[in-house]
Amino acid sequence: MFQAAKQLKLQRNSSDDIHSVDNGNTSYRLNLYDQPPLYDVTVEDFETSALDRLRILAEIESSAARNRSWDETKQVTITQCGKYLPLNSNSALGIDVQAERKKDQLGHFVLRLAFCRSEELRRRFIRAETTLFKVRFETDDSNERRAFLNSKEFNWISVSDAEKTKYESQLQHFIGKGDLDNEAFYKVKWTTIPDLVEKRKVFLKGGYAYVPAREQASIIYAAFEERLEAALLATSRAIPLVDEDTRLNPILDNLAQGFIAGVPSDWVASAEHTGDGITADMVDSLAKKHFPLCMRVLHQSLQKDHHLKHFGRLHYGLFLKVLGLSIDEAIAFWRKSFAGGPGSDKFDKEYRYNIRHSFGLEGRRMNYPAKNCLQLHSAHEAGCPYRQLESSPENLQSALLSSYSASGLTINDLPEILAQVKKKSYHVACTRVFEITHSRSVKKGEGLGDGESVTHPNQYAARSIELEKEGKEPKMEVDFV
Amino acid sequence: MALSSDLDIDPTSEEVLLTFYRRLYPFKQLFKWLNRGPERTEKESRLFPYREFAFTLRNDAYLRYNSYPSDVEMKKHVCLLTPSRFEIGPVYSAQPKDKKTVRPAHFKPEKREVVFDIDMTDYDPIRTCCSDADICRRCWGFIAVAVEVLDTAIRDQFGYTQLLWVYSGRRGIHLWISDQEAFELTDDQRKAMVEYLTVIKNGKEPGKRVNVRFGMKDLPPALKDACQAINNSFDELILQDQDCFGSQEGYETLLSLLPDAKLASRLREKWSDKPDSPSYVKWDEMKAEVKNLKDKNARQIMRNAMEDILLQYAYPRLDAEVSKHRNHLLKAPFCIHPKTGRICVPIDPERIREFDPAKVPTVGQLLAELGGAGSSNTSGEHKDDWQKTSLKPYIEMFEQYANSVQEKQVKMDLSW
Repeated sequence: MFQAAKQLKLQRNSSDDIHSVDNGNTSYRLNLYDQPPLYDVTVEDFETSALDRLRILAEIESSAARNRSWDETKQVTITQCGKYLPLNSNSALGIDVQAERKKDQLGHFVLRLAFCRSEELRRRFIRAETTLFKVRFETDDSNERRAFLNSKEFNWISVSDAEKTKYESQLQHFIGKGDLDNEAFYKVKWTTIPDLVEKRKVFLKGGYAYVPAREQASIIYAAFEERLEAALLATSRAIPLVDEDTRLNPILDNLAQGFIAGVPSDWVASAEHTGDGITADMVDSLAKKHFPLCMRVLHQSLQKDHHLKHFGRLHYGLFLKVLGLSIDEAIAFWRKSFAGGPGSDKFDKEYRYNIRHSFGLEGRRMNYPAKNCLQLHSAHEAGCPYRQLESSPENLQSALLSSYSASGLTINDLPEILAQVKKKSYHVACTRVFEITHSRSVKKGEGLGDGESVTHPNQYAARSIELEKEGKEPKMEVDFV
Repeated sequence: MALSSDLDIDPTSEEVLLTFYRRLYPFKQLFKWLNRGPERTEKESRLFPYREFAFTLRNDAYLRYNSYPSDVEMKKHVCLLTPSRFEIGPVYSAQPKDKKTVRPAHFKPEKREVVFDIDMTDYDPIRTCCSDADICRRCWGFIAVAVEVLDTAIRDQFGYTQLLWVYSGRRGIHLWISDQEAFELTDDQRKAMVEYLTVIKNGKEPGKRVNVRFGMKDLPPALKDACQAINNSFDELILQDQDCFGSQEGYETLLSLLPDAKLASRLREKWSDKPDSPSYVKWDEMKAEVKNLKDKNARQIMRNAMEDILLQYAYPRLDAEVSKHRNHLLKAPFCIHPKTGRICVPIDPERIREFDPAKVPTVGQLLAELGGAGSSNTSGEHKDDWQKTSLKPYIEMFEQYANSVQEKQVKMDLSW
């Protein structure tokens, strides 16, 4: 137990009203996050609340990268929120809404600390958070939403009846056949809502925009964005003051990284997915049908050269372990794959130990998880091929075609994938390949299901196998074994 | 191109440019305007010294990221370089001349006047008098309508008051808006403002270019006002002077904009007999056809289409890219246009219709006036030499503008 509150308080100039928010209780589901959490949290809560929120934000980001429509984005976000960060309205029974809201608030403020550090991160964080806020605002209970709006000051001026009469003919345009007397208008400086001005959705006069009630949400989104931006800047100036804490900084660094590759997930327990585990003989056919490009590349070069360098063995070995290859099968698999390479003695001496080690049977006896996408991105050897071949698109193209043309990838799909790679959205490119090669059961934009993106090679493979089991994916006609 | 007779001087020669910059160019007023106030304290003086100037030299080399502590240093350097013209950029977060030594993250465009650029070439598909770089008194009518519409819209709807209209020297006009709020707009806000004011996109392409209503809806109030303003000059400019529908090509363009195919073919039949009948006759015939439509709905559709035609033919055609980003450069007022030799002089929007591009002083004319006014000695400072030339009213107008930008600023400061 330690006091993260101490750090978070730095964002506030005064702490006069600590007592009123001491326990972090909030009366509304929506939150403009103008109050930081001022209570003790555990390091674990500190990290998990942020990680769970990050999963949602990362999905929102990849929605944008994949040009999902607003409705699709909304749906994906709602699903993800339900999974990781449920947030119920006051009317919800039997649910500790305060605990949910605390987690929401804490996660937001931790991520502020992680993302205030560069302009790029700030910009992306603001965009994703604003989208999340929009989704929640749109899905909020209308009574609670009204109460929430009344509780805040948004710097708008209600347009008086006299003014309404003055601009009657102009204002009428924006409410169609509605009755002007009953329709509320709000007046704000036009600079606060440039998007509405751009689309001519407001009446402009003397630098003020007259916003019809149904566009009111835009003012709130703009206010949310503006406040968050200012707060992040303030935080970035304050953050050097917390740099002495060595417990928090690694967590924050890690979180900032996570935005780049989606959230790192430790993919475990896939044995249930694949049934009784797999045998050495099955690996080759599984590779051709279900492996992501990184593992396909390793598998192919292992088959071709009867050898893999250290990191290749490490990444591929752990991947196969998590996929469900038992220790005995693993040794059999590697021995077979190295045939023609080292003799049996040399294999036992040099490689057997490493394999057993990676299963937690030697040395430290640590059951290592398989590497996730984030780790593969930063690997120098045997890492993410989308990233490593970014600078040589021809090689990436031929690798993609040779690996996946049997599962339906055509030359016409390549430009889209390469465009994502060029944008450095490697996980988006990978997810798109998954969608294309599983087009019989997965629609564009669905990703691995519920719109999730690829964040782990095992997640990719397990989902692929699962789809086949569900019988949605007809069997390949030819097995190449 | 018609050059006036007193232009036997090459407006791009070093000698001409040097005399012009030394004796005539209003550096002092330029400084006053861009510095938005008198001398400032150290902390406040991040305006003029942080402003980018870009020079086009006589050999067409382009020098960017110049900046100066004040007008004196600037004048010195300009006289040394004698550029054929120069452009004004934004105020950066560091002095532009230090660009190479500051970290890129610390060198960002921060503020600048909101600028608009209207160029006659965007009107090529509809003007009948000239094309490309040419401009005559008659095509100026388009610019005049554009200035009237835009000036009113910006003052009335956006509430800005410090507008400076500047003749671009040949076939266009620039607008600088210096109000504090405008000066500090972000790129997003600038983009919103331009899009709001833009009706005609890709004006050079043929076909219907106006798409501002959603379904059957009325025009938004802002464009309704613009339509009204255009209506006043439409008759004179489009129907009489330009006679836009006076040829077969012209009226076919008009017919292609009509949504009612039957009505269009009736008119085509009528007009093909005498394709050269004047535009206003054709316009009236079209109006009569619309009036005779029995279906109320069809009549409304045609009325809307006619409003759209008004906009397509006379609404200001903006070069949007110039206005959207703070880091865009725009030619400074009072530069010499290298092809015409004319000075880029400010124009009073109230009297835009009286403005005649052909009467704008050329550099040759000005130098002749200087010579006529006596002492053509090349040494020493030439304070206020411009008062002896026909540049005088323009510089006075500019000075007044610079003062207005300044006064507001001081008042603002006092209120704190």
